[in-house]
Order: sequence, then C-alpha cells, then structure tokens
Amino acid sequence: MTEIIRAAWLIAVKDLRVEARSRELIYTTVFFALSCLLVFAFAFVRGGRPIPDTAGGILWVVIVFAGTLALGRTFERERQTDTLRALLLAPVERPAVYLGKLAAVLLLLAAVEALVVPVVGVLFQAPIARAPWLLMGLLAAGTLGFAAVGTLFAAMLVRAQSRDVLLPVLLYPVTVPVIIGGVLGTRAIFAPEPDFDTARLMLTMLVFFDGVFITIALWVFGPVMSE
Amino acid sequence: MRVATRLVPVLLVVAVVMLARAPFLIDAAPYESTMGLVQKIFYFHVPSALVAMTSAIVCGIASTVFLIRRRRLADHVALAAAELVVVFGLIVLVTGPLWARKAWGAWWVWQDARLTITLVMWMLFAGYLLLRRFGGAGSEVLAAAVAIFGTALVPFVYWSVNIWRTQHPTTDVVATLPPEMRWPLRWSMLAIFALSGALLILRTQLERGRAELEDAYAAVEE
Repeated sequence: MTEIIRAAWLIAVKDLRVEARSRELIYTTVFFALSCLLVFAFAFVRGGRPIPDTAGGILWVVIVFAGTLALGRTFERERQTDTLRALLLAPVERPAVYLGKLAAVLLLLAAVEALVVPVVGVLFQAPIARAPWLLMGLLAAGTLGFAAVGTLFAAMLVRAQSRDVLLPVLLYPVTVPVIIGGVLGTRAIFAPEPDFDTARLMLTMLVFFDGVFITIALWVFGPVMSE
Repeated sequence: MRVATRLVPVLLVVAVVMLARAPFLIDAAPYESTMGLVQKIFYFHVPSALVAMTSAIVCGIASTVFLIRRRRLADHVALAAAELVVVFGLIVLVTGPLWARKAWGAWWVWQDARLTITLVMWMLFAGYLLLRRFGGAGSEVLAAAVAIFGTALVPFVYWSVNIWRTQHPTTDVVATLPPEMRWPLRWSMLAIFALSGALLILRTQLERGRAELEDAYAAVEE
C-alpha cells in the first residue's frame, strides 16, 4: 500500500515539475476560465446587476469547462512526447499511475479555483467569505469527484480518435451527480438567506459519490490501460 | 449460441402476437379516475423503462466480463444491450413527457430526480455508442469502462423516486394496481421483454458476423 502511494507521489511530483517548468497548463487554463467568466458576465448580468442565484452555477460551469480542458491537455502532453508508454511500463501498480495523475490534476485545479472563486465573488457579488470552510469542502469534494472520473476517461481516450469531443460527451453525464451537488450546495451558501443544512447535505452526497467514482475508476484503470 | 438462435423465432412470434393483442387489452382496461385516457401510456412507458434499465444492467455485466476475460461475445452482447438502452430509453423519454403534459401540466420538470437521472443515463449510453462508432481502434475496451459507470447509475434511477422529492409516481404504483389494470400491464411487459430479448440476440449475432467478416478481410490483406 505504501509502495503505491510512494509511486503515485513520484508521478504527481513529476507532473508538477513538468508543469512548473513550462507553466503551460496553469496559464492557459486560468485564462480560459477568465474568458468563460467574460461570456457569463454578458449572459447573466442585467441592468448592471447579476441575476440572483446564478453565481454558484457560473462558478461550477467555469470549473467544469476549465477542468475538461486541463484533463485533456495533461494526457495529450504524454502522448505528444511519447512518454505514455514509458509511464505504463514503469514497474509500479497501475492504480499508482492513476492516483499520481489524479493528484497532479487536483493540485492544478485547486490553483485555478483559488483564482476563479475570488473573481466570481467580485464580478457576480457572491458572498464567498460567508462560510469559507463549507465552500472549500464543496469545491474540494466536487473537484475530486469530477477529476476522479475525468482522469480515467482522459487517460483511456488518449489513443482514441476524436478524443477532444468525446471527453466532455462521456464525462459530463457521468459526473452530473457531482455537478448537481456542487451547484446546489454552493447556491445554498450564496443565497440571500443561506441554507447551510442543504449545503452540508450536498457535501455528504458529494463525498459519497467521490467514494463510488474513485472505487470504480481504480478498479477499471488497470484493465483499460493495458495494451 | 445455438439455443439462442432457436429462441429468436419463438420470442418474435410471442412478441408479435402479444403486441397485436395488447391494444385491445389496454383499451378494455378501466380509465384512471383523474387522468383519463393519457394514463394508458403507462402500459408502454413502464415496460419500456424496465427494458431500458435491464438492458443497462446487461450491458454493465457484459462489459465487466469483457474487461476481465476479454471474450468477444461479451463485447457483442454489451453493444447490443447498449443499443436497446438507447432505443427503449427514447421511448420512455418520449412517452413520459406526453403523459406529464396532461398529468402535471408541463412537458418536463427539472426538479424531478427521476427525469434528470433517466435523461443522464440515456445520454451516457448514447455517448457509449458514439465512442464505439467514432473512437477508432480499441474503443470497445474504453466503452466497457463507460458502460460500468452507466450501470452504476441504474439503482439511482430506480430508487430516486422513493428517496428524493419528486413528482414521478413511486414504484409502489405497480404493486397496488387494481387487477383489471395489472393484467394489461403484465401482458405488455411480457410482450416488450420478448421483443427486446429477440432484438438482443439478433443484434449480438449481427455483430459477431460483422467481426468475423472483418477478421476475414484482415486475413486476406495479410
């Protein structure tokens, strides 16, 4: 068990080191997220004020869109440099590769969220400081569930044709429970009369789906990635 | 497989005869007191939904077997079952709103957990077929992984009505039906299951034939 965690850690560190040197993903993903916010600013602001109850949804749509892009790119990079086979040939358990990739994607998305959340707070007048721990919990659990399925799908689609369009087509229906939980929980916090019980209930649901998704993904990753 | 081949004509005859008789039985069934005529959609809506869910489970089991054992037959069954999910799911998604328009006053209600999850499950299996069609070589393995996630959603579809707040009638409805309504429902359920069984076997055989033809082409080219 510790062996798997150590291998996963090494793979995550490798991914983060590559990212730290090129900064390709973080720059492009953050600017993509900001571009999405710009579109929403025109779609959901009327008479100078944001339409009520939209901030939570906007936040999650931006996270999901930016996350899809980042997921596709992390594995595209392995394919372009022809290192995917080397990664799969590494003498470690297959789940370790999955966990390492997942950890790297999660850290990247956390960095993006750290920037996007305050921007949503400013642009759409969302009270992000109202229940910071609960909001962070929702974001963490939601992103984990989304990235858990996303990492698996992006990894297995890496050799498929038309992978760019197939990734969201397959990923969004599967992760819909996570998106619903995230949006409803965040909206409950941002509402004029906050409903923290609903937010907590959604957090529990997110944790449950995280467990289901990670279990299936860990089990499926090995057979799917073998050649 | 030979048994399955012999089963096809039997299933088809049963399905055709029963489906031909079904409209008369449904017509003879009493009108539901508040909904009237539209309630009769129920006799096709519920069986189609059950076939779609059963096919999703079949697809998930076949995909799991395929991922572990790599038997081609399992893959062909999974593909056939996935197509049944999409076809019968479409029937459910069309008949449901037709009934809801009359019963609830709206074609579609988004707060309803069952409607949302049914749509999501249908989209997922449609995505499965898209992946198999446009994913290129080796996509059957990837599709198997998608199918396993899709099947994990099925229990949520079934229980969603009883757990979450929803307008959709609960699953108790079937058990508490008066006998004169239960009979036509059972009749059409059997008919549609016979039809879907025949379709499943035929589609699996077609897929096997297609794979054999592909092998033969590959052998000739070598």
